[in-house]
Amino acid sequence: MTDYYDLSRRRFLKTTAITGAAVLAMPLLGRRAGIPGAIAAETATASDAALFVALQEDGSVEITCHRSEMGQHARTAVAQIVADEMEADWDRIVIAQALGDKRYGDQNTDGSRSIRFNFERLRLVGASFRQMLAEAAAQQWDVAADGCRVEQHAVYHDATGRKADFADLVGAVATMEPPAAPSLSLKERDDWRYIGKGKPIVDMQDILTGKGNFAADIRLPGTVVAMIERPPVVLSQVESFDATEAMKVPGVIDVIAMPANTENPVLFKPLGGVAVVAENTWAAQQGRSKLKVVWSPSPNDGYSSEAFREVLAAASRKAGDVHTSRGDVDKALAEADKTHSAEYYVPHLAQAPMEPPAATARFVDGVMEVWSCTQNPQTDQELISAMLGLPEDKVKVHVTLLGGGFGRKSKPDFAAEAAYLAKETGRTVRVQWRREDDIRHGFYHTVSAQRLEGGLDGDGRLQALRHRSTFPTISATFAAGAEVPEFETDLGLNDAPFDLPHMQAETGRAPAQVRTGWMRSVANIYHVFAQQSFMAEMAALTGRDHREFMLEAIGPDRTIDFAATGSKFSNYGADFAEYPFETARLRHVLVRATVMAGWGRELSEGHGLGLAVHRSFLTYVATVVEVRVDSEGELSIPGVWVAVDPGTHVNTDSVINQMEGASVFGLSLALHSQITLKDGAVEQENFNDYKVTRMPEAPGQISVEVVASDAPPAGVGEPGTPPFAPALANAIHAATGKRIRQLPIGDQLRV
Amino acid sequence: MKLTINRIAQEVDADPTTPLLWVLRDYLDMTGTKYGCGAGLCGACTVHLNGRAVRSCVTPLAAAEGQEITTIEGLSKDGDHPVQQAWAKHQVPQCGYCQPGQIMQAAALLAENPSPSSQEIDKAMEGNICRCGTYTRIKAAITDLAEPAA
Repeated sequence: MTDYYDLSRRRFLKTTAITGAAVLAMPLLGRRAGIPGAIAAETATASDAALFVALQEDGSVEITCHRSEMGQHARTAVAQIVADEMEADWDRIVIAQALGDKRYGDQNTDGSRSIRFNFERLRLVGASFRQMLAEAAAQQWDVAADGCRVEQHAVYHDATGRKADFADLVGAVATMEPPAAPSLSLKERDDWRYIGKGKPIVDMQDILTGKGNFAADIRLPGTVVAMIERPPVVLSQVESFDATEAMKVPGVIDVIAMPANTENPVLFKPLGGVAVVAENTWAAQQGRSKLKVVWSPSPNDGYSSEAFREVLAAASRKAGDVHTSRGDVDKALAEADKTHSAEYYVPHLAQAPMEPPAATARFVDGVMEVWSCTQNPQTDQELISAMLGLPEDKVKVHVTLLGGGFGRKSKPDFAAEAAYLAKETGRTVRVQWRREDDIRHGFYHTVSAQRLEGGLDGDGRLQALRHRSTFPTISATFAAGAEVPEFETDLGLNDAPFDLPHMQAETGRAPAQVRTGWMRSVANIYHVFAQQSFMAEMAALTGRDHREFMLEAIGPDRTIDFAATGSKFSNYGADFAEYPFETARLRHVLVRATVMAGWGRELSEGHGLGLAVHRSFLTYVATVVEVRVDSEGELSIPGVWVAVDPGTHVNTDSVINQMEGASVFGLSLALHSQITLKDGAVEQENFNDYKVTRMPEAPGQISVEVVASDAPPAGVGEPGTPPFAPALANAIHAATGKRIRQLPIGDQLRV
Repeated sequence: MKLTINRIAQEVDADPTTPLLWVLRDYLDMTGTKYGCGAGLCGACTVHLNGRAVRSCVTPLAAAEGQEITTIEGLSKDGDHPVQQAWAKHQVPQCGYCQPGQIMQAAALLAENPSPSSQEIDKAMEGNICRCGTYTRIKAAITDLAEPAA
């Protein structure tokens, strides 16, 4: 488990190792497909064809999605790619969901990588079937295959006017070997029917009629329901418990002590506690409320957010571990015509997907079968296998629809709980987390304090920038006592895209005292909030227009290789040659978003426009927010404008939907959300005190422009989030003159 | 306890304090109604009680006895209620978990007030959280259905 956190960088190597000898010589196509040098991050193999596509008796095409569906529309996008290349009729496809299985390669649905890792591979799968269908028809007709053309679920031989539906070729294709990849031809970009268009999602009707099957919707005969009282402080364990009253609740079947998790690193292992197993959810909840549990002391008992904030701020005021350095920042700041510094604070956050974690498990004939709302079923397999001492191939993981994930569900402790209880009781067990469990026992977005310093020359040009960031690292979830961040420094710290002679990125050290994990766009959230807010502060100091100041700081069109300036920049695990950092694309989205928003227009009293721009997950996003703050300090958002360049994209409407949703996600964390701890325990419990955006405060309108691009596909699920909070803070400053340096905004604007 | 759900009479042997949500989900295997918070804070469990939107997670079975209950499964026979159609047209859902509750809330609003203003839509929908953030589409879909005020 210990290498989970850096898989994002090593994924390509690992996956290649898995597919190994069966490789069909893949990184190919590219130019022929109009995608310059696109890489196949998941290497395609001949067996992929059968792994992803099954022709049904009636000629319909079953396409298997191996990525988890959590609202980013992966199931639709995977189908679009495969169906496009194989020329399947959109109305004659059905979608299946893959089990956890290493034959799929990576299934870890996080890091906004589903399309980036699989685009070429899935196209090859489709092309492979298209070619087999053509050959099958050619054999039947005794003609040359290259005289056959495949179009919309049929093969045609134009010379003789013959036509065969896919249904007529099912038997023949079933006996064929998938062709070797080098012999495949891919469609020209101009011929794409589904890729780059806005197909309605494949799950639409199920969702609208309540038939979508999420984790808790799985109904198996004889299922019992478990709820678990977990330790309030991480690393605490049950000292004693009294289940007498709980057992008296009608419907309660059993009370079971869970294995404790008392040592760092905490990994993804369940927290421990006491499970109440009952005939139904309500009985389990009632029984659980009657448990009397005495908890042991924990080394984390002293964790208090209020006191820790000072620890973080103090660390950011002294020299830290240097990650990137150019020029001489100390000297440049000392000699600058004007300097400015500012400190920023972003609290712990919880992902809080609408579907609280849940999983069902049963143990039959030595096989543990699990239904899980997991972002990575292979993690469920590994975790359960290690916890129960079962071989991984005896752990079968079905992936349900996910009612949101946002990073929480890439850590399937909940599925391991269900598996443990299934093995202990011999029954089919559904573990249901309450919302209170989700808020109190999560893998939290880390807390951070940052300090930025900038120096201007006599002409108001930025010359020097130091960004120092201190936060408990996610690495501590995997390595006991880790305090030096690793991959987080690549997310908005080492990749400051500024053309300045003097720049330095540093981090302080801080211990993790809760379970720390990814949340949508991860460290970009706090780094970009601070960096993009500070750039606006520097612009304001010069009295210059923020956009002009930014364009000047970004500088001329070029590619920036951050790794070449001393940092260990991982570029989101992508090859730099394939995915260079292109300042022209960064500038373009900034210009487009500001033009869409009417940057510079005259605004009514109390209104302000703010901007922010950032590249994350290899996608360039600029966001402009218009805010209105009334005389009471009440805030509303009439409009948001987003320009996004994700390279080649698959589903236009899904990209737009993700930018809208990411903006609202950014708004939640900017306005309201925070997790605080006292005596080691989380103080919030539900949506009453862990607040997220509701309709009345959502933006009045969100306009999204998706930049047309032939560049290789990049991420979509996460990159819309980072620019939102700083764009909002910058808009608030424009409207009111008040600078927001700590999140959430809460009551800071109240007068 | 006797219940009428989606016009079908049902008998359920459950404690009268059991929330309607768990009766639907655990006793009747009607899983379209979702659990989100258990405290009436998020609206994922919204159903109609005599046409009015209620949070089934805080509605005890006893309060639903003898009343007309409508769930997402019974909103329309073929999944083509105008609200469902508008949701499809605007391609509202991302993950979809909250949408049955959103749809039930919107259907109740429009039944009661066929021409809600922007503020009235906000007020009626405020109790329904969408963590994916599809609010602008939800509002556009409802606005589409709102008849121009007389």
